Amino acid sequence: MNINLTLIGQMIAFVCFVMFCMKYVWPPLLAAMAEREKKIADGLAAADRASHDLELAQEKAVERLKEAKHEAAGIVDAANKRSAQLVEEAKQAAIVEADRVKAAAQAEIEQETNRAKEHLRGQVAALALAGAEKVLGATIDPKAHTELVDKLASEL
Amino acid sequence: MAGSTPTVSEYITHHLTNLTFGKLPGGYERVDGTLVGPDGAWVMASGAEEASAMGFYAIHVDSMMWSIGLGIIFCWIFRSVARKAEAGVPSGLVNAVEMIVEFVDNTVRDTFHGHNKLVAPLALTVFVWVLLMNLMDLVPIDLVPKILEWTFGIHFQKIVPSTDPNITLGMAVGVFILMLYYSVKVKGFGFVKELTMTPFNHWAFIPVNLFMEVVGLLAKPFSLGLRLFGNLYAGEMIFILIAALFSAGALWMVPAGLLQVAWGIFHLLVIPLQAFIFMVLTVVYLSMAHEDH
Repeated sequence: MNINLTLIGQMIAFVCFVMFCMKYVWPPLLAAMAEREKKIADGLAAADRASHDLELAQEKAVERLKEAKHEAAGIVDAANKRSAQLVEEAKQAAIVEADRVKAAAQAEIEQETNRAKEHLRGQVAALALAGAEKVLGATIDPKAHTELVDKLASEL
Repeated sequence: MAGSTPTVSEYITHHLTNLTFGKLPGGYERVDGTLVGPDGAWVMASGAEEASAMGFYAIHVDSMMWSIGLGIIFCWIFRSVARKAEAGVPSGLVNAVEMIVEFVDNTVRDTFHGHNKLVAPLALTVFVWVLLMNLMDLVPIDLVPKILEWTFGIHFQKIVPSTDPNITLGMAVGVFILMLYYSVKVKGFGFVKELTMTPFNHWAFIPVNLFMEVVGLLAKPFSLGLRLFGNLYAGEMIFILIAALFSAGALWMVPAGLLQVAWGIFHLLVIPLQAFIFMVLTVVYLSMAHEDH
């Protein structure tokens, strides 16, 4: 355990290693670490920003959805109204048509009835003439009595 | 001491002797009986007596080699990581190195408030280097010396540089020189005033003040170096004693083994702690050198 030149040797080695460390080890390591720190901080900030943006986008989407729903409801309403209107119109048209058909049918019936009446009237006149002939036992000159018969027929 | 089975005290002395290369004084009679010439001679010491006869002009080859070797390992690992380091995702060794660097950086930031680009790299070097030197204490005590003895015929080998006071005091003196340099640079004349006018601010007390301040100043590097040396030396000593216990007989094998493990585990705490203390005190002393009152 003697104090000797080793002490001086160690001092020299110490100085050399410290200088090496100061020049080639410390600065690049610290620079790399500082850069990484900055990168991480930037990344965290970006993540924060992104989550904020996401929140905004979600809000916007919800709003849009609400709007769209509202619009859709409006469209459905209008469609319902329109369909009701169409049905109503169709109903009206149907009623009108039905009335018209009914009127035509009635007119035809009346016409037919009139025609049948005319016909019957003619037949009745003939029948009456035939009956009278039988009753009188003589031929009635239809020409002489046409006026009478016609009068009779029209009274029927 | 090779060859015949050594006694316990021989074994211990053998383990505490450095591989020393130095200048034997003229007229010194060596172990093999030869006399050193009048001008002295630079030789490898053949034992503890020769090593102490060499006095100051000797160098502990083993301490120096291990110390510089570990320093180079530190530089190599950290430099290769520094070259690879980038802002991307770190992995493996880069992570470990950055953890150490960040730890040292935080400690320096907390303790040192001046502006000095030297302090943080200095603290990193001190911490990792001392840690590596201390870690050598966990290598089995006989492993490296025996291998070297069998392969190269080298008889002495202390593989823990921090159990050599030259190594720890060498670093402490380096720190001390930096302390003086920055004290003068930052405080200028204020440093002289600090040495002479505190704690008693009166001209009549200048000699007393000077004595007290100089003792206080010198105590810093000495305590710094001797604390590390003392802790590691004591730790190594216990390891040597436990190793000696193995040779006490088959009955002692199990307790010695248990002691070895227990002391090793305890020493795992001492190793980083002492490295940390050395680093923190270095930073604190330099911080004090920068503070102008």
